[in-house]
Amino acid sequence: MSIILNNISKSYNKVKAVDDISFEVKPGELFGLIGPDGAGKTTLFRILTTLLIQDKGNATVAGYDVLKQYKDIRNHVGYMPGRFSLYQDLTVEENLNFFATIFGTTIAENYDLIKDIYVQIEPFKDRRAGKLSGGMKQKLALSCALIHKPKVLFLDEPTTGVDPVSRKEFWEMLKRLQQKDITILVSTPYMDEAELCDRIALITNGKILQINTPGAIIASFPKKIFKVRSFNTYKLIEDLRIYPDTHSAYPFGEYLHFTPKSEAFRPMDLTKYLEERQHKEIEVKETVATIEDTFMDLSKANE
Amino acid sequence: MNRFIGFIKKEFYHILRDRRSLFILFGMPIVQVMLFGFAITNEINNVDIAILDHSKDVNTKEIINKIATSKYFSIKGFISHEDEIEPTFRKGKIKAVLNFEKNFSKNLVTQKKATVQILTDATDPNTANTISNYIGSILQNYQQELNQGLKLPYQIIPKTRMVFNPELKSVYMFVPGVMTIILMLVSAMMTSISITKEKELGTMEILLVSPLNPFQVIVGKVVPYILLSIINAVVIILLSIFVFKMPVQGSLFLLGAESTLFIINALSLGILISTVAATQQAAMMTSLMGLMLPVILLSGFIFPISSMPLPLQMISNIIPAKWFIIIIKGIMLKGVGLAYVWKETLILIGMTIFFIGLSVKKYKIRLE
Repeated sequence: MSIILNNISKSYNKVKAVDDISFEVKPGELFGLIGPDGAGKTTLFRILTTLLIQDKGNATVAGYDVLKQYKDIRNHVGYMPGRFSLYQDLTVEENLNFFATIFGTTIAENYDLIKDIYVQIEPFKDRRAGKLSGGMKQKLALSCALIHKPKVLFLDEPTTGVDPVSRKEFWEMLKRLQQKDITILVSTPYMDEAELCDRIALITNGKILQINTPGAIIASFPKKIFKVRSFNTYKLIEDLRIYPDTHSAYPFGEYLHFTPKSEAFRPMDLTKYLEERQHKEIEVKETVATIEDTFMDLSKANE
Repeated sequence: MNRFIGFIKKEFYHILRDRRSLFILFGMPIVQVMLFGFAITNEINNVDIAILDHSKDVNTKEIINKIATSKYFSIKGFISHEDEIEPTFRKGKIKAVLNFEKNFSKNLVTQKKATVQILTDATDPNTANTISNYIGSILQNYQQELNQGLKLPYQIIPKTRMVFNPELKSVYMFVPGVMTIILMLVSAMMTSISITKEKELGTMEILLVSPLNPFQVIVGKVVPYILLSIINAVVIILLSIFVFKMPVQGSLFLLGAESTLFIINALSLGILISTVAATQQAAMMTSLMGLMLPVILLSGFIFPISSMPLPLQMISNIIPAKWFIIIIKGIMLKGVGLAYVWKETLILIGMTIFFIGLSVKKYKIRLE
């Protein structure tokens, strides 16, 4: 196993940031930690990258214990923190060179590994890192985290604050890296990115809700789900919440996602109810669940 | 080793690309030395004085000539009555008035003594004191010349000799002090800021998750500043030799070695500060309040330690700058060798080892 966590807990003062978390990541796997801000993702990353000491439990990364063998881990992992953490006053090339040097390697030695990513920012290699766009900064940070050919790559919210096109490119790059036998642990608050992982762990309030492949997680969604729309979305959500047969109703893009309490629910009944409440352009259709629906459902059950 | 060189190269990029810190590094030493050397000084030059000559004879003329040709005074007016003295001072330009009595020459010949009154504007007591001393010595000089031809058996010549600083040149006192302040400031503040900067920008997080060990990071941070501080020390010494004509009596090599020791001492203090401070601002404030003030006030640079109350005298012992000032004053002004300053040197070495040990112990290998 590339990463093993056993009953890891960590508190700040009395707030439990990570609460009894265990999971394993297989070699070469692209594993996603999916959860909102404050779920405990960054704390988990910092424990695994030997930056923080857990209160309870134990963990290994690439076969090394995070406490006793922290020096070995620091030699063999790549880490990209959530905040852009390169030297803004150094150019693209100088940054890359610096990280290659401190890991005792050169750009030339591992160029094939970063080539796909680096060629996109190479035209700007003499530009200061602080002057790059968000997407380019992430590509540079990824290049720097990869330059020493790590066994395990930790990416803490790499796509936060990055435009949709760059986000898509970034995930394509991760998929290609996976082919090169690098285990990747990535966290993201974006549910749509979850489906691109091999396996995901849904995490909230320091606890893991579920771990599985994205497909299996979606398939495990126990209820029927409907997308609902009307002319007045705000009134719609208020009316849905007082509808007797509502299990949950929350915004999802331009629709609301609605799950009924009863098995015998018929869309016609809801349409009729909404018409009585002066809604216009009503649309109620059955749809397939997404990771987000599962997440909402699980965190609701968890409360 | 490559890793280490790479790290130092990166540090130089940081320093050379940050105009503000470059200015602090190289602009400030020059500005400070010039300020202390030229502006803030106890010595007098071209002080405006006025003459009230009641006798207007050959001796008073000779004395006035002597005073006028000295570079310390320039005669800016003759007045003819005592009543004019006060209005003259009130105008503020004139700092002293020389009042020769009536029949000056006659008295000198017949009674063997003549009087001249020196009036000084004592709103600035230090300057007034200096002025009257200077005029006094010019008069003394003249008296000696007069006596040369005569063989008077009893001649009392009060003679004061200022050891090490015969002209009471204040710049000689200030240069060691300024050098100490600058080396302390540049070394301690700049290193503590540069280390906390990494914490603040989050790059420390990446450096921690790398094979670099704490020792390499700290030494890598410090080496560029050692080099820059040595350059600074050289600039200050050159300035004092060539601009202020200050002689360095002792060995230049010893001076260099002691300065390097003090630089390393200050750097280790800077590292210690950075292990405690979380932000650049905190590091700067700690350096300024915790180091600068004691260096200026308690090191003996401005206020003599011997005239401090006992508790402050005791506190001054833990300030490295105190010992360094003793050392470099000894080397630069008295020309003493290591045999005379070995005790102070040992104290500095001991303090340095203590600070480095404490810093390495306090340096965090993790985030908390």
